Amino acid sequence: MKKQLLALVLLALPALASASGGDVDLKKANIDPQNKESLQRGARTFVNYCMGCHSAQYQRYNRLARDLGLSEDDVIENLMFTDSKIGDHMSIAMTSADAKNWFGAAPPDLTLVARVRGVDWLYTYLHSFYRDDSRPFGVNNRIFPNVGMPNVLWRLQGVQAPVYKTVTDEDGHEHKVLEGIELKEAGLQTPAEFDRTVRDLVNYLAYMGEPIKQQRMALGVKVLLFLLVFFVVAYLLKKEYWKDVH
Amino acid sequence: MGMLVSLRDWVDARFPLTKMWEEHLSKYYAPKNFNFWYFFGSLALLVLVIQIVTGIFLTMNYKPDANEAFASVEYIMRDVEWGWLIRYMHSTGASAFFIVVYMHMFRGMLYGSYKGPRELIWLFGMMIYLALMAEAFFGYLLPWGQMSYWGAQVIVSLFGAIPGIGDSLSLWIRGDYVISDVTLNRFFALHVIAVPLVLVALVVMHILALHEVGSNNPDGVEIKKNKDENGIPRDGIPFHPYYTVKDIVGVVVFLMFFAFVIFFIPEGGGYFLEPPNFEPANALKTPEHIAPVWYFTPYYAMLRAITFDIGPLSSKFLGVIVMGAAVVILFFLPWLDRSPVKSIRYRGPIFKTMLALFVISFFVLGWLGTQAPTDVKTLMAQVGTAVYFAFFLLMPFYTKLDPTKPVPERVTMGSH
Repeated sequence: MKKQLLALVLLALPALASASGGDVDLKKANIDPQNKESLQRGARTFVNYCMGCHSAQYQRYNRLARDLGLSEDDVIENLMFTDSKIGDHMSIAMTSADAKNWFGAAPPDLTLVARVRGVDWLYTYLHSFYRDDSRPFGVNNRIFPNVGMPNVLWRLQGVQAPVYKTVTDEDGHEHKVLEGIELKEAGLQTPAEFDRTVRDLVNYLAYMGEPIKQQRMALGVKVLLFLLVFFVVAYLLKKEYWKDVH
Repeated sequence: MGMLVSLRDWVDARFPLTKMWEEHLSKYYAPKNFNFWYFFGSLALLVLVIQIVTGIFLTMNYKPDANEAFASVEYIMRDVEWGWLIRYMHSTGASAFFIVVYMHMFRGMLYGSYKGPRELIWLFGMMIYLALMAEAFFGYLLPWGQMSYWGAQVIVSLFGAIPGIGDSLSLWIRGDYVISDVTLNRFFALHVIAVPLVLVALVVMHILALHEVGSNNPDGVEIKKNKDENGIPRDGIPFHPYYTVKDIVGVVVFLMFFAFVIFFIPEGGGYFLEPPNFEPANALKTPEHIAPVWYFTPYYAMLRAITFDIGPLSSKFLGVIVMGAAVVILFFLPWLDRSPVKSIRYRGPIFKTMLALFVISFFVLGWLGTQAPTDVKTLMAQVGTAVYFAFFLLMPFYTKLDPTKPVPERVTMGSH
């Protein structure tokens, strides 16, 4: 019985892995949270390109400085464009009411977006804009169809065009289906450079979702090692006390 | 030393300190053959303490206000010293509580611990389980994320399915027409004071009832029937120090799993902290897929399994009834089981098969509850629900029919 139950628990474990997924065709972000330079570049991209519309209202500038290995002066000079103080949250001036008028939906706060969507989704999303003249900002997104957001990174990326294929359904009607996207006009960055920009940005977003993550895991190793030693002591103590029980 | 002894005597003359110590620990004789399954009672107590202590510290910085609740949780995660650890301990503790309690209940089923004279222990335990479900439900609203909000919306609206009073009842629970600041405030009050008081009181009664009749054991042998000349059960050993030192080993192993989750996978793969809950509650935006937290999913699957109306009764109402009955029927276990033996060790193949089917149905229903329904999955949930209820409703018959093996006079010792 015990073995059967254990087997069941073990069988259920792989299901844990897929619980947060769902979307198909996501490309792996392969971020490196230990890479401070990547995080710094990501922070720069974030304040330059995202913070026009998106806030990070739970993230403080000085926390960013401390965690990313920057001095507070570095942050004040390079990453702060408002009259915020170094201890302030990374908020923006645009009100959500205005934003709703202008974009149809208020751009969400991005502090926790990596924990909601997952890094692979963000990485794929930022790569998946393509030209679509029927949309207000002239672009659409492959994994977030009809998204209200313009492709803010287009100057770096260039313009991607859709590739359609025609399929015939059961009733004989022909449909144009989006098959893929390809780069039509080059941007300021080569595809490899742009890929790094996106990866750095996603890396930064992941950091911002949980700034403590790296310290948490480092501490976890020590806690488990302590418990391992504690286990040996506790086990020997138990064995000693139970010697006379038969 | 002399001073300490006289202090103890001074207290003993005024309060039953030594008496209680002896009654519940140093002279409480527990069977010597406890196995793996007997760790989970003390572990449940440990998790209760963890939840109360971390909960107190969370309350110091959490704000039960619809405009501030979500931000105050992030404040705890980012700005409060060690706040992230306290929060992860509490959120992981909620799931750990259910894992430990489910194992503890299953132990009772394996060894017939609910059977006479321990019916009241089982009933108090079941009330603890109910209180725990209420506590978890109220607590899950507090982070005020999307899943908090919509999960509460779905569960409270279930009361609306009760004919006649349903709508007024759910309005009364919410205190508003939708889940709102009013609901958050009252759920906070219930989560931090009302239910914990009930829980602690029930735990005390559970343990008092246990220490009155004495613990069952994997052989289902009553050790009090065989006492030595001093009136001490021959198969009993004092809880302290034997089981205190043994339980410390269990605690350390549990803490290894607990710490592993807290420090390395605090979201529990999206089961302990669901991704949509990192988005603030939004009354105008329904999430694509609303699923309760994993410990409720078997019941949620049973609720959804009822897809047909019967006469004037809607499928929704019947689903609520089935879901409620699935919990209530557990209370009757001591009277459904007619087997002359307690432990699975001396029961026949029918009970073993039924118990295995029950466990499988509970796991399958739990998995189905996390999934969006499809025709096949609904059918699976219906079969699972039927098996779940068959285990209980047919129990009076199959436990009587089932051949049993002779129960030994004394407990048997395995490895310990």
